[in-house]
Amino acid sequence: MRGRTGRPLRSRLFHAPLARLLLRRLATTVVLLFGVTVLTFTLIQLVPGDSMTASLSETALNDPSVVAAYRAKWGLDEPLITQYAIYVGNLLQGDLGVSRQTSRSVLGDLMTYVPATLEIAIPAMVLSVVLGTGIGLYAALRHGRRGDHVVRVGSLLGLSTPPFWLALVALYVFFYLLGVAPSGGRLSSWITPPPRVTGMITVDALLAGEWMIWWDAVQHLVLPVAVLTCLTVAALVRFVRSAMLEVLDQDYVRAARAKGLPTFTVVRRHVLRAGLVPVITVSGLAFASLLSGTVLVEQIFSWPGVGQYAFRAASGLDLPAVLGVSLFVAVVYTLVNLMVDLLYGVIDPRIRLS
Amino acid sequence: MTSPRIDAPLPGPPTDPTTPGDDPRARRLLQRRRWAGRLRVRSVSGVWRQPSVVVALSLLALWVLAALLAPLVAPYDPVTQSAQIYASPSSQHWFGTDELGRDVFSRVIHGARLSLPVAVAIVAVALAIGTLLGLLAGYIGRAVDEIVMRITDLFFAFPQIILAMAVAAAFGPSTRNAVIALIIVSWPTYARVIRSSVLSVRGSDYLASSRLLGVGPVQALRRDVVPNSVGPAVVLATLELGNAVLMLSALSFLGLGPRPPAPEWGAMIAAGSRDLSMWWVSAFPGLAILTVVLAFNILGDALRDRLDPRYARGLS
Amino acid sequence: MTPLLDVRHLAVSLPGADGSPLPVIHDATLHVGRGEIVGIAGESGSGKSMTAQALLGLLPENAQVSGSAVLDGETELVGLDERGWQGVRGVRIAMVFQDATAALHPMLTVGRQLTEHLRHHLGLDRRGAERRALELLDRVRIPGGRGALRTYPHQLSGGMRQRVAIASALACEPELLIADEPTTALDVTVQAGILELFDELRRESDLSVLFITHDLGVLSALTTRAYVFYAGRVMESGPTGELLLRPRHPYTAALLRARPHADDSWEVRGGTAAEAQPNGSKRPLPMTTIPGSAVTPATAPPGCPFAPRCGYTEDGCTSEVPAMTAVASGHHVACRVLPDLTEVPG
Repeated sequence: MRGRTGRPLRSRLFHAPLARLLLRRLATTVVLLFGVTVLTFTLIQLVPGDSMTASLSETALNDPSVVAAYRAKWGLDEPLITQYAIYVGNLLQGDLGVSRQTSRSVLGDLMTYVPATLEIAIPAMVLSVVLGTGIGLYAALRHGRRGDHVVRVGSLLGLSTPPFWLALVALYVFFYLLGVAPSGGRLSSWITPPPRVTGMITVDALLAGEWMIWWDAVQHLVLPVAVLTCLTVAALVRFVRSAMLEVLDQDYVRAARAKGLPTFTVVRRHVLRAGLVPVITVSGLAFASLLSGTVLVEQIFSWPGVGQYAFRAASGLDLPAVLGVSLFVAVVYTLVNLMVDLLYGVIDPRIRLS
Repeated sequence: MTSPRIDAPLPGPPTDPTTPGDDPRARRLLQRRRWAGRLRVRSVSGVWRQPSVVVALSLLALWVLAALLAPLVAPYDPVTQSAQIYASPSSQHWFGTDELGRDVFSRVIHGARLSLPVAVAIVAVALAIGTLLGLLAGYIGRAVDEIVMRITDLFFAFPQIILAMAVAAAFGPSTRNAVIALIIVSWPTYARVIRSSVLSVRGSDYLASSRLLGVGPVQALRRDVVPNSVGPAVVLATLELGNAVLMLSALSFLGLGPRPPAPEWGAMIAAGSRDLSMWWVSAFPGLAILTVVLAFNILGDALRDRLDPRYARGLS
Repeated sequence: MTPLLDVRHLAVSLPGADGSPLPVIHDATLHVGRGEIVGIAGESGSGKSMTAQALLGLLPENAQVSGSAVLDGETELVGLDERGWQGVRGVRIAMVFQDATAALHPMLTVGRQLTEHLRHHLGLDRRGAERRALELLDRVRIPGGRGALRTYPHQLSGGMRQRVAIASALACEPELLIADEPTTALDVTVQAGILELFDELRRESDLSVLFITHDLGVLSALTTRAYVFYAGRVMESGPTGELLLRPRHPYTAALLRARPHADDSWEVRGGTAAEAQPNGSKRPLPMTTIPGSAVTPATAPPGCPFAPRCGYTEDGCTSEVPAMTAVASGHHVACRVLPDLTEVPG
């Protein structure tokens, strides 16, 4: 029907629009990230008193040479616009400042803590998307009946529970009362961590062939992952449910039923496929929920990840670390949203072939 | 092949003597809007009879009463310390005492006196800012719309609590700064919602028909745009009241909320997390947050089912 | 000979907001003969689409259906379970929806949508199904062969999409095709092509069609018999030409008068446009609107649902639902007054 030009039909149909979409979205993402730095820079300017006092530790503030070096590095004596340029320049070089508490570079700190967070975030993400989609679809199919009501109540409860409190309740029940879960941390205290390769203990243990360590690490993972999953699923289910209800009300689903296809085929082939778009959207949402969740949950489980780092930075008023974490999260989140947008393009022929 | 469509609405007799204009199309559209408006009012009244809504409203009424009458209801002063630390729940201390010997029940009750007004303040201010910017963006459009929307994009680049944490940390920990932080992170949502409902009215036939009838922009704003934005705004505000309580507790869990010894629920949970065996120190403030937020969510949900046309279908 | 589809006293109600049943079809009796195109005409909310969905078991699960609908003299459709429906839908009764853009899955190729039920119902393999799909495309006059099978609906024009939907409905050679306003969403010129296609299909394959429309022009161009629905009831039924030329129900007459006559170009079988005026005069009457607004089955008053808007009412009209009475061979009217419609009510 198309493709009278010399180029192969496939490449014309599949690659050109996607590449264009990719370029367009990349451009807006870069602009957005610059905007984000303007926002954080503004925030630093709004710090009451002097941002330097909030950024340097007591001892450093008493050392005139450190103060002078700091002022020079961030261009504090320059006009605002130059300061911003210096700020972005430093950020682009990966310099997020120095943590007041650890006295190390914030980026270095983050790199140390990221693997631990990934180790709970990845399984929680996968579980959340799978469960959120499944439960949301189930509720939509049972619309107005008991199963639907149970799901609705459950998700409302999950949305209304403070994450850190849920973590605490989980720990109280499964560690303190039942004794089936460890008290927290990534490994039991008597176990020596495997040699660091990825920083994710479960992976490193597998690489080292240490099954005992792997099993111990998995046991430590269960509660944090479960709590994060519960919270995230609660948020996703509502979204998936209403998206699936909308799909179920579409004429093409009615048409598929009118063709005499079995219900299971209609759901699997027609409903779920159309539901992929909301499911992808949900993955983006799940990510935001997980990122917030880790900050509020890791501390309870003594999980040494970015969340606990953020918790300590916030409660210790370590401004460079807090802003570093925020910027880091914003960048990651924005990139995830970029991927989500591109996935739409891959999945939906209306975008892919437009 | 053109032929009449029976489906086209048949113009009815003019039922409303105040209906302006002679254009039957415009008149019909205006009538249809009035009819929709009447339907809306009637259906909202049904919300209050749903069992879940009754439960939610009773819960909220209890909490509001607790907040108002805290000094009368609470048996002890919320900040006075005593030697009786970590006393488990008893007839003397219903919810036990905390690490400084303070009565947890009294602190939970006084916590409502802190959290509820703060949540209302956050929502009121954020709603005002968001509504103003949303109306401007939606109604003026073009450059204003573009600017406002790009600014909201910046805020949506962060998960809410992360940005709130950054703002609160930059301003320093205090109730006031936590409120400011939560306003800063929540106004963009209102702006988006208001803008989109303005746009849906703007693009609709009945605004066009009002124009046809010579209704000026200010009058149109008052008569068409504002009433149609009220529904989504009310729904959002109700849900956001719960969200504000939740986020305030999260900020103070992070140590960025009201300063100790203020009886803030999130801070109380943080204090209770230090010793699992003293479960009552964190259990009761957690339940307080849960019940308040749940009540707002149930209420917001019920209102949304009725008020928001996008959700009205399929959920009732 | 038993008709292909024999519907008697079909009534459908859906639960309302407060749980009490809201009627959407009161009492529908109609039949479709073999090789016949039968029309159902009515305003939106008159229950015509609900009738279509009831005949395919596509109503919401909480709908209450009573009466009877017998297919081919043997299969009772009312009360069929899901498994039973799966042997009827697509195989014996197929449906074409109003808007093909909405009725085709946006993320499945045309080929997939043409063949999935073929493969399920007829057990064809991939190649057999593809061969059949190509035949179907040919039958609905879609060019492009295999290439067309690989396209997605959004790459086709509105008319082509509706042709795909029709091909998909015809795939398993159903005995009855229900077409729910299949031309409403299309441009006028495209509409003509689709109507022509229906006519060709009937001539070629002796297809029976229940054609739902609100467009009297379409009704006259395509159908041999028609039913006029109002508020979930059949008001008048008979041969299409007779209905449009000599309506006996005040509602049918009002509908005819309510149509603008700038484009009086419809061809009524056995008559011309000007003759299609209720009073049979050569000059069209001025266009008049029907006073009041349409009622739905749920809001219909007791008695004749059209009574509040009718200019010919008598005492009994508002208390008693009129029964269908024959006024001519095959021409039935649900009106107790049966006024002389050549006089415009004052």
